[in-house]
Amino acid sequence: MAAKTTDGTLVLSRKVLRAKKWKSIRRRVILNWELYVIITLPVIWLLIFCYYPMYGVQIAFRRFIASKGILGSPWVGLDNFIKFFNSYNFGRVIGNTLSISVYDLIAGFPFPIILAILLNNCLKKRYKKFVQIVTYMPYFISTVVMVGIIIQFLSPKVGIVNHAIRAFGGTEIDFMAKPELFKHIYVWSSIWQGTGWTAIIYLSALSSVDPGLHEAALVDGANRFQRMWFIDLPCLLPTIAIMLTLRAGSIMSVGFEKAFLMQNNLNIRASEIISTYIYKSGLAAAAPDYSYSAAIGLFNSAINLLLISIVNYINAKINEISLW
Amino acid sequence: MASNLSTARIRRAKIKYSWEDRLFDLVNDGLLMLAVLIVLYPLIYIVSSAFSSPDAVAKGKVVLFPVDFSLRGFEEVFSHKAIVTGFANSIFYTIVGTSVNLVMTVAAAYPLSRKNLPGRRILLFLFTFTMLFNGGLIPSYLLTSQLGLINKRAVMIIPLALNVFNVIICRTFFETTIPDELVEAAQLDGFSQTRFIIQIVVPLSKAIIAVLALYYGLGHWNSYFQAFLYITEKSKFPLQIVLRDILILNQVNEIIADPLLYQAKRGMADLLKYALIVVASVPFMIAYPFVAKHFVKGVMIGAVKA
Repeated sequence: MAAKTTDGTLVLSRKVLRAKKWKSIRRRVILNWELYVIITLPVIWLLIFCYYPMYGVQIAFRRFIASKGILGSPWVGLDNFIKFFNSYNFGRVIGNTLSISVYDLIAGFPFPIILAILLNNCLKKRYKKFVQIVTYMPYFISTVVMVGIIIQFLSPKVGIVNHAIRAFGGTEIDFMAKPELFKHIYVWSSIWQGTGWTAIIYLSALSSVDPGLHEAALVDGANRFQRMWFIDLPCLLPTIAIMLTLRAGSIMSVGFEKAFLMQNNLNIRASEIISTYIYKSGLAAAAPDYSYSAAIGLFNSAINLLLISIVNYINAKINEISLW
Repeated sequence: MASNLSTARIRRAKIKYSWEDRLFDLVNDGLLMLAVLIVLYPLIYIVSSAFSSPDAVAKGKVVLFPVDFSLRGFEEVFSHKAIVTGFANSIFYTIVGTSVNLVMTVAAAYPLSRKNLPGRRILLFLFTFTMLFNGGLIPSYLLTSQLGLINKRAVMIIPLALNVFNVIICRTFFETTIPDELVEAAQLDGFSQTRFIIQIVVPLSKAIIAVLALYYGLGHWNSYFQAFLYITEKSKFPLQIVLRDILILNQVNEIIADPLLYQAKRGMADLLKYALIVVASVPFMIAYPFVAKHFVKGVMIGAVKA
């Protein structure tokens, strides 16, 4: 009897609680109605420009016929994907994408860290500011202008690089026409352009290093190199780990613009990457195959999603461990 | 005794501090100078070439400073109708586009930053998921053509109206700078939410708005892909498309038989390119130092939340 009562009260109180919760939610919804109105426009934009294309990605599994539209085109299952996997371009395009991004990751990673440490150790304030302004200036140059500069500098006849080569008695090199040089030009120009900018992130991490550590080390007789090596660098490691894993997550996505603009018929063997291949097989081809192109895009997006998920998982683990 | 010892230690530390640290300083500043030279030399070379004569550029006489100082390159730049049109179009796309971006971003970020808003998590997921996965080029292209946006100026603005990454940065900023107490106090004072955003939130968030304006503005100014895909009418080309035609595709000088004339034309074409590079890149390089101090903060929030 008693048990029944308590049970009854419990059920009752749970009901009351739930009712209260709903009441509170309803109250907050009414109170915040303006916020819902405000966010409506961005949400509608999101549904149209981000989610509708996700729905449209089903043409990767169809044979797209323009007159019939997306929904009217016949299903073909995985045919488009199989066509890509079996195509002569599959290995080449994926190989180029991977080699460019891995090279970029490995070669480009240390420079912003080094620059940030150097800047952090610079005692002359105005000099430091000057170096900072100069090093991030190239970040503002657009991709088109950047590639224009590359082509102009490396031009066989009028480029400064070949002027210098000729001045030292060498013979001119047509850099842009050599497939084997494409990767190097791509990566090192990116390093030139992006190092100063990326350094800002490390610099802000360095500025949050506890000054007490430096004072203690100073009292213990550590010189500045030792303090940089044993205090600044370890304090940067968590940031380095995060940045490294983030970059690793986007290893299969090399941006369209720069590679596309640097391409020419002579270096195409080394410069065709996934994003440019998608464009060419889909929109630029004489006989555009939207479905095939969309299938390659979906394949790439799926791999990117997978990589980012893995990286997030690893990052969560690393960060737990690396917080000494 | 103990205090004596520690004074001695500090003194010893100080002696050690001097010569090793002076060397460290020297190497440190020297490496920074190296970085400056590597970054600065190409930039100086471009600017100096832009201010030289066509002949000096063609013959490769420019090494560091302008040779035969002249403004011919800039005259040439502004005498090209396509360049002037492109410049005007880019200014239009950048100003209108950035204004739309800022309104949309604040409109999305502020509601997402209020922790007691029912449904916030669902909305947030809706936004963040688009950073992980997208439909890709072809479905977006089909959508844009279905909407009838091809060759419309709106295609440079509406499909680019929002950048979800910037929404997340902005939301984080609001979360940390606009406390719930402030919202409640304003509500007690009879502020509507809209009025609160316009009169309180926006003025308090000048830093992040400056950063976002620069991010978005730079994005529009440097944007090439959108116009490349969707705009074919010359009168609507933004600057970057014109730049590509001139800088990369070399569509400026027609074939000329006379070798002397060709040489002169060739020098002019190269001079034009250098002057064009300067004109196209200068606006944001000048704008940057004004918002620089806000920028580090913005980049940091972005990095933390990325």
